Amino acid sequence: MERLSWLKHLALAAAVTAAGLVACTKPEEPKKAEAPAAAPAQKPEPLKVAFVYVGPVGDAGWTFAHDLGRKYVESKFGDKIKTTFVEKVPEGPDAERVIRDLVAQGNQVIFATSFGFGDAMEKVAKDYPNVYFEHATGYKTAPNLRVYEGRFYEDAYLAGIIAGSMTKTNIIGFVGSFPIPEVLRNINAFTLGAQSVNPKVKTKVVWVSSWFDPPKETEAAQSLINQGADVLLQNTDSTAVLQAAEKNGKYAFGWDSDMSAFAPKAHLGSCRLNWGLYYEKAINDVLNKTWKTEQTKWGVKEGLPEFVSIATFVPDPVKKKVDDAKAGLKDGSVAVFKGPLYDNTGKEVLAKDVVADDKWNGAVNFYVKGVDGKVPSGK
Amino acid sequence: MNELASLVAATLSAGTPLAIAGLGLLVNERAGILNLGAEGMMLVAALTGFAVCFETGNDWIGFAAGAGAGALVAACFGWLVIWLNTNQYATGLAVSLFGGGFTAFVGVAYVGKKLAERADYSIPLLRDIPFLGPALFRQHPLVYFTVAATAGIAWFLYRTRAGLVLRAIGESPESAHALGYPVRPIRLLAVSVGGAMCGLAGAYFSIAYAPLWVEGMVAGRGWIALALTVFATWRPARILLGAYLFGGVTMIQLHLQGMGVNIANQLMAMLPYLATVIVLVLISRNPAWIRLNMPASLGKPFFPNL
Repeated sequence: MERLSWLKHLALAAAVTAAGLVACTKPEEPKKAEAPAAAPAQKPEPLKVAFVYVGPVGDAGWTFAHDLGRKYVESKFGDKIKTTFVEKVPEGPDAERVIRDLVAQGNQVIFATSFGFGDAMEKVAKDYPNVYFEHATGYKTAPNLRVYEGRFYEDAYLAGIIAGSMTKTNIIGFVGSFPIPEVLRNINAFTLGAQSVNPKVKTKVVWVSSWFDPPKETEAAQSLINQGADVLLQNTDSTAVLQAAEKNGKYAFGWDSDMSAFAPKAHLGSCRLNWGLYYEKAINDVLNKTWKTEQTKWGVKEGLPEFVSIATFVPDPVKKKVDDAKAGLKDGSVAVFKGPLYDNTGKEVLAKDVVADDKWNGAVNFYVKGVDGKVPSGK
Repeated sequence: MNELASLVAATLSAGTPLAIAGLGLLVNERAGILNLGAEGMMLVAALTGFAVCFETGNDWIGFAAGAGAGALVAACFGWLVIWLNTNQYATGLAVSLFGGGFTAFVGVAYVGKKLAERADYSIPLLRDIPFLGPALFRQHPLVYFTVAATAGIAWFLYRTRAGLVLRAIGESPESAHALGYPVRPIRLLAVSVGGAMCGLAGAYFSIAYAPLWVEGMVAGRGWIALALTVFATWRPARILLGAYLFGGVTMIQLHLQGMGVNIANQLMAMLPYLATVIVLVLISRNPAWIRLNMPASLGKPFFPNL
């Protein structure tokens, strides 16, 4: 009778884990196997475009929305381009390997769709000056590396207008992932939108420390509902919050994609992200040789964040208010963050008539007046 | 008062899947088999349960299918570790990783699908008692099943001959074998029961708790259930209490956040594991406690012919 030592147990476990990780990050094989041989000789070579996703394309949220964008440009450009994607790429050293691999396979445009890919993109961009690198929600640029993002908080503001109108308890809830400026902007915009139609509204926030954990998102939603919140918004990636609201007879919104089908009674509207519009522009830039490095931030005006599928039971005057705000955001007469603006300790964070710029947006680390509690911090 | 009642209700419903899975794992650990594949089995069951519920429109067929799927995966695991004597730790980890990858792959068709309207459950008359009604008697039937299962398993382990045999096999398979008990088939049965219970817990997530399917939706709760068996020092009643404790910690932490009280929620997220480590330290200080409760042959291979 032979017994393995503990050391061997551990080594085995480590080997199995490592094998699993490698398997998880393996690029999509079938995607790239198809085309080259079939293409007729006289046609120009298609532009090869690659997408690096942080999550699975089936998350129904963030990565799903980016993949819709990929499908959109695929249908727009037809055989002028050829797209590839690699999903579930961890935000670490593996990302660099995946991106290098994609460049080695002949991709001329690389879209990396998560903040944590920034360092990897910067390194690889330096080594391949003839390849175009596009990084979502990032901030580092180089001659062949540029960044793009959407002003999602404008959608959150529009959702807030409906929430402020539909709430009976005057308490609205937000299920947050991590307290980073992007998410805090959404909470603040949601609150300001609600206050624009109902000054008595208070916002309660619960953090789940995850982008994706449906049971915990359900628990967070339940906890907010237990404390009187009757309209919820979330920036986590699943439909769990919406479904929890449906189960409890409360209201909620869809986030990242149109989620109206999941909760016909609870769904008030969806904050959708049309990444395809930007991908179309970026690929056009490359095809027309007009690509130059820049920082793109698109809002409701450009149509990247789009508030869709407002429920039929939302009263017409409320819909009108949303339409007015939409029009205002488009022509610039409405700004979400405009002074005088106070945080929830009473400190002025934006002076009278000052409109927030991108630097201010990037440094948001507070709740506006009307949000309960304190932003969690590591300090 | 109302808030407290809903907090209690939410705690019971959050603790239930942990308790079911923990009880199942307890059964196979009592037989001496450590199955680290809980997470994988729960994912396979969550997908199977959701898919069957979606296609048939019946929750209960979905739960049965989830339990069946969990038992099937566990039986495969059992065959590997009991007959082929593969390493239990490595095989269990493989089942967890396999379950995650496999369900992500075959589950794509069910992402974004929606189940029919979820039913509301409550017990007539009892549900109208002030405080106790909303706190205890408006729960999913599985919540009550879990309490009954705890009592049932405790009775089985400590009051029946079959339970005694099961525990004997967990303590010393060689002795049980010498007495003529079929060690391998009994272990396989115990592992399958454990898988079925994990399956039930997985199906509870995708059918009742957060009625949807997305890959990885169990999000680590299989590991909490495994930690729970150690935390409970392999006692059924303590598993139930531990599960409610873990569920309660989660809900109270979320509740406090909503009230504007701030405690680092990362800290709360690691509490179940921290508590397990503390319990481990405590029971390790008293050798008698471990000897009394931890199945002596846990995780060790058994060769009947040597």
